[in-house]
Amino acid sequence: MAAQRPLSPHLMIYKPQLTSMMSITHRATGAALAMGSLLVVWWIVALATGAEYYSFVQSIISSWYGQFVLFGFTVAVFYHLSNGIRHLFWDFGYNLTIQGVHRSGYMVLVSTIVLTAATWLTVYWG
Amino acid sequence: MKSGQDSMQSSLGKVRGLGSARKGVSHWWLQRLTAIGMTPIIIYMVISLVTTIGGDYETAVSWLQSPINATAMLLLFGVGFYHASLGLQVIIEDYVSNENRRLIMMVMVKLSMTGLAALSLFSVLSIALA
Repeated sequence: MAAQRPLSPHLMIYKPQLTSMMSITHRATGAALAMGSLLVVWWIVALATGAEYYSFVQSIISSWYGQFVLFGFTVAVFYHLSNGIRHLFWDFGYNLTIQGVHRSGYMVLVSTIVLTAATWLTVYWG
Repeated sequence: MKSGQDSMQSSLGKVRGLGSARKGVSHWWLQRLTAIGMTPIIIYMVISLVTTIGGDYETAVSWLQSPINATAMLLLFGVGFYHASLGLQVIIEDYVSNENRRLIMMVMVKLSMTGLAALSLFSVLSIALA
């Protein structure tokens, strides 16, 4: 028998907000980084295996799909890093206001874009 | 929070402060501690990767044979996989309500993160000490 009590709005009909979207993105990027760490382990194992296997892995990384995955990985790293610092500020009691969470939220988005852009500009034109 | 005779919690339990999970705030605290520890290493790693390594095999190997770089890499893998294990644990606790499925996933996450940590740490050491 279904409980006769009100339900909170379902995710699909709940209005997306900066705060909730950024919260779930932090979790999603964290899980994605855990998956992506497999590729980092693959890279370090290749380096430990030898020059021949390393150049094979490097050729995959340098391909367009390798670069595409690596780009996504850097976005996830910089988002999770920036938003993690935002979390640490909350832990110390800062920015715990509506204005504070929005302002720091936009700062995280800007920081993610700037750090990702700076990284890839250095890679290709540095 | 009620205290004294009104509380359902025993005096001993209150003093220990370990809560229902018997771990207190250690999970929360370690998640933060590992995050703070990794922050400078991640920044150092990204700078190193885009400026020095990424090139040929010899460059990458000689980069990893410097004590500073090898230590940074060991800390990143060791602390990183621990941080990932703590984070994935919370995701499973939040979304997997079935007790059997939760236990199986928890064991899989803990074992795979430990295995990946061991594999990456050994790889770093084998290059650095070669």
